[in-house]
Parts: sequence; C-alpha cells; structure tokens
Amino acid sequence: MANKLIELAGITKRYGDNVVLDDLNLYFNENKFLTLLGPSGCGKTTTLRIMGGFETPDSGHVFFDGKDITNLPPNKRELNTVFQKYALFTHMTVAENIAFGLKIKKKSGNYIKDKVKYALKLVNLDGFENRMPDSLSGGQQQRIAIARAIVNEPKVLLLDEPLGALDLKLRQDMQYELIRLKNELGITFVYVTHDQEEALTMSDTIVVMNQGYIQQIGSPEDIYNEPCNAFVADFIGESNIFPATFLEDKLVEIFGHKFECVDTGFGINKPVDVVIRPEDIDLVPEGAGTLDGVVTSLIFKGVHYEMEVEAAGREWLVHSTDLSPVGARVGIKVDPFDIQIMNKPESEDEEAVKIDET
Amino acid sequence: MKRNGKLLAAPYTLWMVAFIVIPLFFILFYGFTDNDFNVTLGSIAQISKPVNLKALWLSIELSLISTVLCLFLAYPLAMILKGKGRSSSSFIVLIFILPMWMNFLLRTFAWQTLLDKNGVINTVLSAVGLPKQNIINTPSAIILGMVYNFLPFMVLPIYNVLVKIDDNVLNAARDLGANEVQTFVKVTLPLSLPGIISGITMVFVPALTTFVISDILGGGKILLLGNVIEQEFQIMNWHTGSGLSIVLMIFIFVSMLITAKYDKEGEGSLW
Repeated sequence: MANKLIELAGITKRYGDNVVLDDLNLYFNENKFLTLLGPSGCGKTTTLRIMGGFETPDSGHVFFDGKDITNLPPNKRELNTVFQKYALFTHMTVAENIAFGLKIKKKSGNYIKDKVKYALKLVNLDGFENRMPDSLSGGQQQRIAIARAIVNEPKVLLLDEPLGALDLKLRQDMQYELIRLKNELGITFVYVTHDQEEALTMSDTIVVMNQGYIQQIGSPEDIYNEPCNAFVADFIGESNIFPATFLEDKLVEIFGHKFECVDTGFGINKPVDVVIRPEDIDLVPEGAGTLDGVVTSLIFKGVHYEMEVEAAGREWLVHSTDLSPVGARVGIKVDPFDIQIMNKPESEDEEAVKIDET
Repeated sequence: MKRNGKLLAAPYTLWMVAFIVIPLFFILFYGFTDNDFNVTLGSIAQISKPVNLKALWLSIELSLISTVLCLFLAYPLAMILKGKGRSSSSFIVLIFILPMWMNFLLRTFAWQTLLDKNGVINTVLSAVGLPKQNIINTPSAIILGMVYNFLPFMVLPIYNVLVKIDDNVLNAARDLGANEVQTFVKVTLPLSLPGIISGITMVFVPALTTFVISDILGGGKILLLGNVIEQEFQIMNWHTGSGLSIVLMIFIFVSMLITAKYDKEGEGSLW
C-alpha cells in the first residue's frame, strides 16, 4: 500500500446545530483523480475547504504527507485550489493572475515568465498574457484559474465544482482537458461535483457522500454496477429500486415473482432492496419473461428508447435500442448478474462506510 | 415608447435647467463681468489678494487633512462592517447614519457646545483635574467638524465595494501563498480603489467648499474660501463672489480629474 498523501481522520464539522460532517475518515494516494460526489448539502465542499484550510474542523485531524496540517493557514499548505466561479483577480492581467503565487514566493522574473508561458500553453491559451480576466469567456476564465493554481506545482489540486458555470458542450470538453492535465502533471486531483456523469467520466476513485457521511468509495465501475445502498444506486444513474425478499442464496422474490441472482449471504427470507439498471432489463415477447407488463410510455432519447412498463403494479424503467410501442404487452426478463442486492438501510442516515480500497 | 421616455425625463430636465444650468450660467456671467457688466477677469483675479489666497490654501489644507483622516477612520470600519453578518452590520450602519438624520447645523452647533472653553468636555476635564483644552476656534476644531460630518460619505462607498468582493477571491490569494497582509495589499486594497476614490471625492469636495463648519467651529476668526465667498455675497458683491466661486470650481474640477485618472490606472496593475 502506497503512502497516504492526504488523510482526514475523524473530521466533524457543525454549523450551529447542523452537523455537516460526522466523523469522516478518508485518505488517498498520489497521482489519483478522486471525486467527492453527492447532492448539495452533503458536505463535499466543506470536506474540500477543510483540506484547503478555509474551514477548521470542530474535531478530527488533517494529515498531509504524514504531517498534521489541521491548524495550518491556507498559505502554508502545499496544495492549491480552483474555486467555483473562478475567483480571478479582476484588477490584474492574465499573466499577473498566474504569476501571483510565484511572485509571493519571490521567484526570479525569468522563472516566472517561463512558468506563465508554460501554464498558458498547458491550458491552451497561448498569447493571452495581457488580457484582462473580464474580457474572457467563462471557459477561458476557468482555464486561467486552473493555470494560476498549477504553476505553483502543488502535490494536490483541489477543484470545487469548477465546471458548474459552463454549458454542456464546454463542460464535456473541459472534462477531457482535466484528465489530460492530471496525466501530464502527475499530481492528485480532488474534485467536488454533484454531477454523476462528470464523476464517472473523470475519476479513478469516487467518494459518494450524503448528509455528512461517506456512502461508498470505489472505482466508477464499482459505484455504477455495484451500488452498496439505495441512495448510491439512485444518485448514480437511473435505476429501478424495488423492495424485495431474499429467499435464499441466488434467489430473490420481487413483487411475488422469483428472479435468479448471483448474490449470496443475505440470509433466508430477508427483506432487501434490489437495483436493476434500466439498460439491463430485456423486453421479450409476452409470456417469455419472468413477468408480463404493458408499455405505458415511450420517449426517444437519441442513443436509446426510454420506456416505462407497468408490471406487477409498478413502473419499470427500461432503456433499449429496440422499440416497443405504447400499449404493447411484453415480457420482462433480467439476467441474474444484472440484479444487484442491497441491505435495507437501518435509517434515513446511512452509516459511514469504512474505507477499504487501494 | 421612446417618446414616452423623453416625456418622463421632462420634469428632471426642467429641474436641472432651472436649478443647476441657469444658476451656473449666472455665476459664470457675474464672475466674468465687473459692476458695469463689462467683460473682465478682474473678479477672478481677486483670488490673488493675500487674504483670499490664504483662505484658499487653508481650505485646501484643512480639507485634505480631513479627507485623509476620514479615509483612515473609514477603511478599518468598513472592513469590520464587512466582517460582520448582514443583520449586525446593518445595525452598525444604522447607528452610524443615525446622526445624519439630525440637522447638519444642529450637529455642528452641538460640537460648538462640547468644545467650548467652558463647554462639556472642558468641564469634565477640569473636574478630573486635567488641563483645559483650547480646541474651539482653531483649525483643529474645523477639521474635527469636517471629519465628523463627512465620515459617513467615506464609509459607505468603501463598504459597498468591499462587500462586493467575493470571499473566494481573497481565499484564492491565501491559497496561492499570500499571508493576510499581502492579501490585503495586493487584492483587497486595489479591488476597493473605486470606493476609495468616490469616498475621497465625496469628502474632499464638500470639505473644500464648506463655510458653515468653519463659521461655527472657527468662531468667524478662521476664514476658508467658502467663508470669503459667503461674505462677498452678504455685502452684495456678486461679481467677486462669483469670481472666487469659479476659482473654487476649477480646483474641484481638477481634483476630480486627478481621481478619475487614478481610478483608470487602478483598473490595470497597481503592483
């Protein structure tokens, strides 16, 4: 196991009576793209701000390279932040913005000049040295904000929903740019977002958070294919989440219909939740599936059709490239390995899961 | 729609013409003529009389000192106000503005009473065995009156620009390695320059032209150019009064040009 670059140990943060983070434990290693993902108010930005030094935790410790930096002010920390809405210095040119950190560190003029040029090249904005930030588009300002942070050669770059203000196309372009930057620079990115698609596209590791707790940590594939609870399943992509009974190993009953599955060890006749991704449901001729239903709606989504099938008194969301018209009677079939079984949550607030990955 | 807009502006235009343009024209007319209404620069040249020149320099000196004092008092206060939450800062602003709801003359007369040789302050001082202070009827008293009366005009514009600075911009400076002093000098101060400029203008101009404060707190012994102009009008010497007014206007105009130019430079780099 590699050394822990940043470790958060037992972090708790309250604003008044509102507990934002509750005994949060998290660590990660070098050269990772780590994403904190969750709905607004889940504590992901607070977690980032605690790493950056803009918030002090009520209890717990932050370690950087093994050193306790909990009480270190932001200017003494060897990490840099890209802020939401860019936060550029509007009274300085682009070059002065990027040079800010280097000038503070009293680097030589030539060094600064080279670095600024290199950073601008890295974010594809050569020749923008003398422009004012106000004269740039949102995407360009965001690139400057990134350049301003990375010239300081931090070991960790913190990014707080940096693409939130950009339009869809630009956002997608910037996602690829960020992956490229991370690979070229070889530094760790900690990225905060509420956009699950962004998280799946860019991350090596995703930390799903809700209500101040870590819900699941894993690779994008793990998180998508094997969500550990209903919250994660619902938050990451579209899914059918049904209450079910785990009859015995490899057999689950959903709305009175028995489905084969691959999971074991949930006990016998235990109530569980099952997740079935819409693209994992196969529509077959009536009678050929596990249960029958009627198509109640049909929407063309470009890559696929989105259909709702009413079966066993519930709506089943189905994605398929094959069209079944509204009113058609169809059979529903699910492959055993496409059924994901989850324990029912004990309460609304999911317990924090201990981390046990890389 | 456009017609309508013009129509709506009519009362304002009328007001401007009646109470600003026409009086200004009269001042120019009287300032450039003599008693027989011959065109002359004689009225304006009155400024070169030693007593008037002295009044002009004293006006500039006192208003400059007052402006600087206001700036140094107002900036920290505006910073403190920004640091407070919305509710408590509006309370402080209220307390600050409360005296402005009283009549300007009344407030200044209050200072006269406070500073008087046998006034409240000296009574208290002698009661605790400290020497009496001779502040009334000195330039210091006038500066005190100016600072007291014009301070809010410095605080509010500075406060307004300070609250508009995104906290994350300051966080970004800290993040890039700047300590609190460096953040203030390199980011907060340059970004608040427009507020400082408009504060300076809003304090310097009324301080330069005041005659009431110097009249009340200077006891009529200390003449600012405003007092001289007032006296000229009192003795119905409209030509000299207007001539000196034009000189004062030139100084105001120049000071505004300087601040405007500095502001433009401030938008660029300051370091």
